[in-house]
Amino acid sequence: MRVLAQVAMVMNLDKCIGCHTCSVTCKQTWTSRSGIEYAWFNNVETRPGQGYPRRWQDQDTWRGGWRLNRRGQLTLRAGSRIARLAAIFANPVLPGIKDYYEPWTYDYRTLVNAPLGDDYPVAQPHSLITGKPMKIEWSANWDDDLGGSVEHGDADPLLARTRAQGEQAAQKVRAAFEQTFMFYLPRICEHCLNPSCVASCPSGAIYKREEDGIVLVDQDHCRGWRQCVTGCPYKKIYFNHRTGKAEKCTFCYPRIEVGLPTVCSETCVGRLRYLGVVLYDADAVTAAASVPEDRDLYAAQLGVFLDPADPGVRRAAERDGIAHDWIEAARRSPVHALISRYRVALPLHPEFRTMPMVWYIPPLSPVVEALTETGFDGEDAGNLFGAIDSLRIPVEYLAELFTAGDPAPVRAALDRLAAMRAHMRAVNLGESPPGSPSDAAAAVGMSGTEIEEMYRLLAVAKYDERYVIPTAAVGDARRLEESALPEDCSLDHDGGPGMGGAGPFGEDSGHRRLPLVALETFHALRRRQTRDEEPDR
Amino acid sequence: MRETTDGTARPPGEPDAVLLRAGRYFRRGQPAADLHSEHVEGGRQADRFYRDRWSHDKVVNSTHGVNCTGSCRWKVYVKDGIITWETQATDYPTVGPDKPEYEPRGCPRGAAFSWYTYSPTRVRYPYVRGLLLEMYREAKGRLGDPVLAWADIQADPERRRAYQQARGKGGLVRAGWDEAVEIVAAAHVHTIAAHGPDRIAGFSPIPAMSMVSHAAGARFMSLIGAPMLSFYDWYADLPVASPQVFGDQTDVPESGDWWDAAYLVMWGSNVPVTRTPDAHWMAEARYRGQKVVVVAPDYADNAKFADEWLHPHPGTDAALAIGMGHVLLREFFVERQVPFFTDYVRRFTDLPFLVTLAERDGAYVPGKFLRAADLGGAAGQQEAAEWKTAVWDLAAGAPAVPGGSVGFRWAESGQGRWNLDLGGIDPALTLMGLADAGPAEVLLPRFDTDGGPHGQGSGGVVRRGVPAVRLAGGHLVTTVYDLLLAQYGVDRDGLPGQWPASYGDPDTPGTPGWQQAHTSVPAAVCTRIAREFARTAERSRGRCMILMGAGTNHWFHSETIYRAFLVLLQLTGCQGRNGGGWAHYVGQEKTRPSTGWATLAGAADWSRPPRQAIGTAYWFLHTDQWRYDRFAADVLASPLGQGRFAGMTAADCLAQATRAGWMPSYPTFDRNPLDLAEGDDPVAAAVAELTAGTLKFACEDPDAPQNWPRVLTLWRANLLGSSAKGAEYFTRHLLGTHSSLRAQEAEPGVRPRDVVWHERAPEGKLDLLLSLDFRMTSSTLLSDITLPAATWYEKHDLSSTDMHPYVHAFSPAVDPPWQARTDFEAFQAIAARFSELAAGHLGTRRDLVATALQHDTPGEIAQPGGLALDWRRGECEPVPGRTMPVLTVVERDYTAVGAKMAALGPLVERLGLPAKGVTLHPDTEVEVLRALNGAVSGGGVADGRPLLDTAAKAANAMLALSGTTNGRLAVQGFRTLEKRTGRPLAHLAQDSESRRVTYADTQAAPVPVITSPEWSGSESGGRRYSPFTQNTEQLRPWHTLTGRQHFFVDHDWMHEIGEALPVYRPPLDMHRLFGEPALGPDGQREVTVRYLTPHNKWSIHSEYQDNLLMLSLSRGGQVVWMAPQDAEAIGVHDNDWIEAVNRNGVVVARAIVSHRMPAGTVYMHHAQERTIAVPRAQATGRRGGIHNSLTRLLLKPSHLIGGYAQLSWAFNYLGPTGNQRDEVTVIRRRSQEVEY
Repeated sequence: MRVLAQVAMVMNLDKCIGCHTCSVTCKQTWTSRSGIEYAWFNNVETRPGQGYPRRWQDQDTWRGGWRLNRRGQLTLRAGSRIARLAAIFANPVLPGIKDYYEPWTYDYRTLVNAPLGDDYPVAQPHSLITGKPMKIEWSANWDDDLGGSVEHGDADPLLARTRAQGEQAAQKVRAAFEQTFMFYLPRICEHCLNPSCVASCPSGAIYKREEDGIVLVDQDHCRGWRQCVTGCPYKKIYFNHRTGKAEKCTFCYPRIEVGLPTVCSETCVGRLRYLGVVLYDADAVTAAASVPEDRDLYAAQLGVFLDPADPGVRRAAERDGIAHDWIEAARRSPVHALISRYRVALPLHPEFRTMPMVWYIPPLSPVVEALTETGFDGEDAGNLFGAIDSLRIPVEYLAELFTAGDPAPVRAALDRLAAMRAHMRAVNLGESPPGSPSDAAAAVGMSGTEIEEMYRLLAVAKYDERYVIPTAAVGDARRLEESALPEDCSLDHDGGPGMGGAGPFGEDSGHRRLPLVALETFHALRRRQTRDEEPDR
Repeated sequence: MRETTDGTARPPGEPDAVLLRAGRYFRRGQPAADLHSEHVEGGRQADRFYRDRWSHDKVVNSTHGVNCTGSCRWKVYVKDGIITWETQATDYPTVGPDKPEYEPRGCPRGAAFSWYTYSPTRVRYPYVRGLLLEMYREAKGRLGDPVLAWADIQADPERRRAYQQARGKGGLVRAGWDEAVEIVAAAHVHTIAAHGPDRIAGFSPIPAMSMVSHAAGARFMSLIGAPMLSFYDWYADLPVASPQVFGDQTDVPESGDWWDAAYLVMWGSNVPVTRTPDAHWMAEARYRGQKVVVVAPDYADNAKFADEWLHPHPGTDAALAIGMGHVLLREFFVERQVPFFTDYVRRFTDLPFLVTLAERDGAYVPGKFLRAADLGGAAGQQEAAEWKTAVWDLAAGAPAVPGGSVGFRWAESGQGRWNLDLGGIDPALTLMGLADAGPAEVLLPRFDTDGGPHGQGSGGVVRRGVPAVRLAGGHLVTTVYDLLLAQYGVDRDGLPGQWPASYGDPDTPGTPGWQQAHTSVPAAVCTRIAREFARTAERSRGRCMILMGAGTNHWFHSETIYRAFLVLLQLTGCQGRNGGGWAHYVGQEKTRPSTGWATLAGAADWSRPPRQAIGTAYWFLHTDQWRYDRFAADVLASPLGQGRFAGMTAADCLAQATRAGWMPSYPTFDRNPLDLAEGDDPVAAAVAELTAGTLKFACEDPDAPQNWPRVLTLWRANLLGSSAKGAEYFTRHLLGTHSSLRAQEAEPGVRPRDVVWHERAPEGKLDLLLSLDFRMTSSTLLSDITLPAATWYEKHDLSSTDMHPYVHAFSPAVDPPWQARTDFEAFQAIAARFSELAAGHLGTRRDLVATALQHDTPGEIAQPGGLALDWRRGECEPVPGRTMPVLTVVERDYTAVGAKMAALGPLVERLGLPAKGVTLHPDTEVEVLRALNGAVSGGGVADGRPLLDTAAKAANAMLALSGTTNGRLAVQGFRTLEKRTGRPLAHLAQDSESRRVTYADTQAAPVPVITSPEWSGSESGGRRYSPFTQNTEQLRPWHTLTGRQHFFVDHDWMHEIGEALPVYRPPLDMHRLFGEPALGPDGQREVTVRYLTPHNKWSIHSEYQDNLLMLSLSRGGQVVWMAPQDAEAIGVHDNDWIEAVNRNGVVVARAIVSHRMPAGTVYMHHAQERTIAVPRAQATGRRGGIHNSLTRLLLKPSHLIGGYAQLSWAFNYLGPTGNQRDEVTVIRRRSQEVEY
């Protein structure tokens, strides 16, 4: 056993309101830059839906992640290393810009500058790729809230897989008004235990940090082969066409290092994100990722995680150089609790065999029309667990997302959520004292106290209970301190905003001749802010 | 050290492993035994890029002022003097150990705000339309005087029309601040002299979203005598049911109180989209066992969270609520009594109060509340006997008059008795079973039948029975409860009339089966939800909540919908409880430090009263929408009405409401009020002239040039891109520029009875449209002058909301860039220049100000019995302040406006400050402010007064002058109220008596407010705010006629319109009213659909809709959501260009086709503007319109009632709503080749 620690995330989809605040704060902080206008390290998808980039889950097309070869060994779906090395100068299988979306801006300046004419001035859309007027036909979030469902709905690869489970499942995912269902899936990089992007990189420029498991692209070593874009089955590595390098979610390591949650977590107004340390056995990863059956991968990954309360594990962790406060943090980790103790959080597409480390609690949903018309009440104790099968979001669909199609773990998680509500209802109404056992709790194998602890974590959890991030492993506190000033400008790397680049979300997007890229630099902005004359256009 | 992971897991010896051993292609490290990973030392330097990007010089706390109820606290990051981005603050004071917290509050729109700071749509300099600027410079050069120059342009119809017709069409040129301000000041001076100060107006909504910025301009307007236009009613965010039922504008729980609810119905409020920062309370409360029901016509975002989703047809919600009420009354009141419920309704509602029955057609109709004056004897002789309502006292076996009604509030003898303590009185809820009672058949109106002249289904009449008692004085009376049972179709043995056979009865109003016929919600579901709701209320003692919003509030008949909701809450004892009651969130209406804000905004420290107008009526008249009403007001009347509206149009109703002193109206008279105020007794002279007919109200001839509004200023507002219902009427008539209006004016015969009709409607009434903004909007495009405003990250200000109990601050992260200035500074500059120009042109003048009979003042007992009497028709004598408006002469030194703006005036301590009928006396506070802010020196009218020359000082003054932020004033206010109520109240604020919240406190952290008589709830002891807990716990009366919550409203016009009791009224039928096509496809290429404009996920009103981040996350321009069936009928695919056309205008947009939409209804989310990616319309060849191009105003007469207890006007408290939900439109697929 070799113990490693990772800061992992759980998102409670049952609480997600689909607001996209996480996407915007992430974009503003990290990627409002030239070359990656189209990139959203954090995005939120409406499910059912195609996602971003389109149909990213369809590995028959995109060939991301791992598969087992005929000998049962893990190999990249995109092909063996030798095959890929031989073809290193050929284009890898990559989503095109249309699969993400063609970023655009508008000639906003017209609104201020239009000469007297015969009609209201208007800002027209222009492509940020070509600079030419364009018709907007896809965006980073085109099918939000089931927009265009009739046209695009069937393109969701999971719908096809759900239908393949049989007539009953197929009926549940019909696109009919009375049967409508949807939920939101916020996504970032999974910071996998078995990352296929790392393995795909011919330059060795992608690495997983030992101390916290964060997967990063070394910007100095990246040579722009883009094999990682193919290799990542979640399509969470983006190619910066300005710098020619790959970029990805950094798990906000400059914040994590000083004990601050990621931007997407802290700004999540649904309060649905949890950050915490998970201990795992690095020596067990390969075997777990290689279990023959896809449906066994969830259990296999659970098996890799170590119990931070186990004295043996704690001793081994100390032996392997994990600081005491990290072990303590692991004990208090909300992520560990939700994944391993309460078993309500599930991995995203374990069948990709990357051992993802951002897990999800599946969403409850209203009971379907056909049942309510008969006066069915899913909240009645007698109906409680039966109702799980009458929820609008079919368990079968969720299972395709989280458990390689196995409905049992999804149902078990939803049962626990439903039981918690039933248990707490009696407490809330003062009809049952806190801590007392209840039928609902017992039915999911929990005591009254246990289910109330889970409730506290899911409902009440304050800031410091949602984000349990140790900081002691940081050696160079001064350098990493959040407020510390850099010794030189942060953004003056080649092609960066500090070097005169401009961006899609900045000042110059109303230029007469639109530049290819358009992010405003801080310094240019300052010059403009203090200049009294308008620049010539 | 770092670890890399490799792609293979094969034992060494495999071909790949050879490669790996060879060194990972280009790098070298130590592989682990199973080759899963290798360790590499160093190489972390590249981290620096991201580490450095995450660095900044400072973080400043501020917020956004955008009428979203958010009032979220944000951290604004600044680097090298430039704002980089923002994230939410997490430092809200704790809510308690066993509850979630408020942090982090925010939404994607707010997170994208910093984009605006340096965006290309930023207004950097003052702009004037080139045509106008040239004219002005020429005239000034010729005449030498700015005021004369402005007058010269206005006197020339050709020049005037030329720049009016250029409005909205570009051609803005940069001007300096001095010149722009001079033009503005000159226009104001000229207009006051030539036409009167009430020909000027200011529009700036929602003070709570940035109180100082609002007050800065409002104070200027108030000092010069210009009306401020109301917004809450204009936005249709005012739930008229609230004044009707509660006698309150709106008072609702903070979002943290959703947590306390055991049952939550979200009814027309899509919380994740419209209350994004607070939605988590709902999600989390479910884990506490709260059951959640969503009622929405589409599969709205919040339906995801529901246990059940009900989708009634749009606008039919009242039918569903009445069906639920039927079940509730039958099972929890008639068949079984729940003591918790019956005790509540007897003490806190008007249900036990007696109502007279009047004979009609061999039966009876409900009349008026029985009052002490009706009882004769000693009771009838008491003071204010006309205003004291009566119950049947079971203890005495006779009528009795409990305390608490409005008669006790204002009569001298009511001192100590205005409370809800019933004393020894035991009110009968029903007269059923009383020895003296017998059955009486009553006639009740219904509006749900098809056909006929009523424009929305004919009115019909139902006959039902009630138990009634004939009193000694001759009155036949019953109780409101008995009438309610009749109205809801809940029969009891021995009563005559038509009653439903069962719950399933589809034909008789009231039953679950009947509601199914109207809503499509299955009767069984309606019944079950009603039972669950009531049972939960019983078990939790009133912890059921209905969260309601624009989806149910923006209808023409929204108050009928809301009253049907409130019935459910009141019957089950849920109002005035933590975790219970109505939670109406539409508009950021809660200015928590309300008294201080109102003082500064109304300049009540210098002169009183300010002119304050009802916005909807103002726009209705001055944009000439009244001319397009092609039906008389009596299409809305009850079949049991008495013909009061016969021959009248909405404009006539408005004129009567003005004459009667019910509603304010500006311009008021057809002459300059400065001229009218000359002479010894201007009030008497005006009354004499009005009576003789030589002086007229301007609203009786709004198209006459002397009655036009001339100067309008917009700030913190995008009227023409957001709230202007009837946008094309605005551009044609008010502004005089291009318009796509296609509607026909009223034919002779259906034109107004009293209001003068001109053959040709004027185009271009306004001389000057001024706006202050930081981004280009439809309003700035149409403005003659636009001043560059500071953003929310560039100024000092205050913010509060009803969603949370804190006051917090805007703080500048950077100075306003380019030539931007804060609103505060802009108005200081305008006021200063105005005063200089006034010296030669205005000097000191007297002004005759007409105001309406006002709520929470003795004016609310001006018109006893709620009789609608018109002195013009000889029905009563014209008496100012009783049967007509209050007339006041106000002296205005126009040369001192600048000085007064910047100092706190002496009326603060001389007269005290009114706060909902209680006077606050801030005498020591003036001294404190003098010390804190400094005092004016160097003489002048303000010499020695506390300074208000900066926004921060103004903020300090607002906080010092409000009970919510000044414990001493809260306690003093409660002590004053204790004398009137005779009940202890001061203890609610006593713990906080020494607290004084300053502006600096609010900058440091969100500051919880203090319990105050300004509001009806209590935060004492750290509890969550829920309204009316002062009423239910301290027995403080509601501010209504009976002092209780009203089910029954007995004003003449309420009877006339058939809404004395809660009733279902379907959406207006635009086919019948305006000849729009009938709903459905025409079989060709058109489909007629309901046109709804819900709030947008990607913007807050028009703000953010042009923000590139939001556009990138949505579809990048105007869109309309459609159901697949409707799209298919006209061959439309997702993202196709379509045109929506009706008589009001044309919209070009792209279609989003989704099965979450119900067939027959489209959504065009509110306030997408034509500034972004809107091409020319095929229908007109001109720029396509905005969402409001398809809407227009329709005035409901019952919103105009005044002078009668809770139905009395106050600013943003009562007035006609600018509703827009009942509209329909035709949708067509257009050519896919678009041209901009």
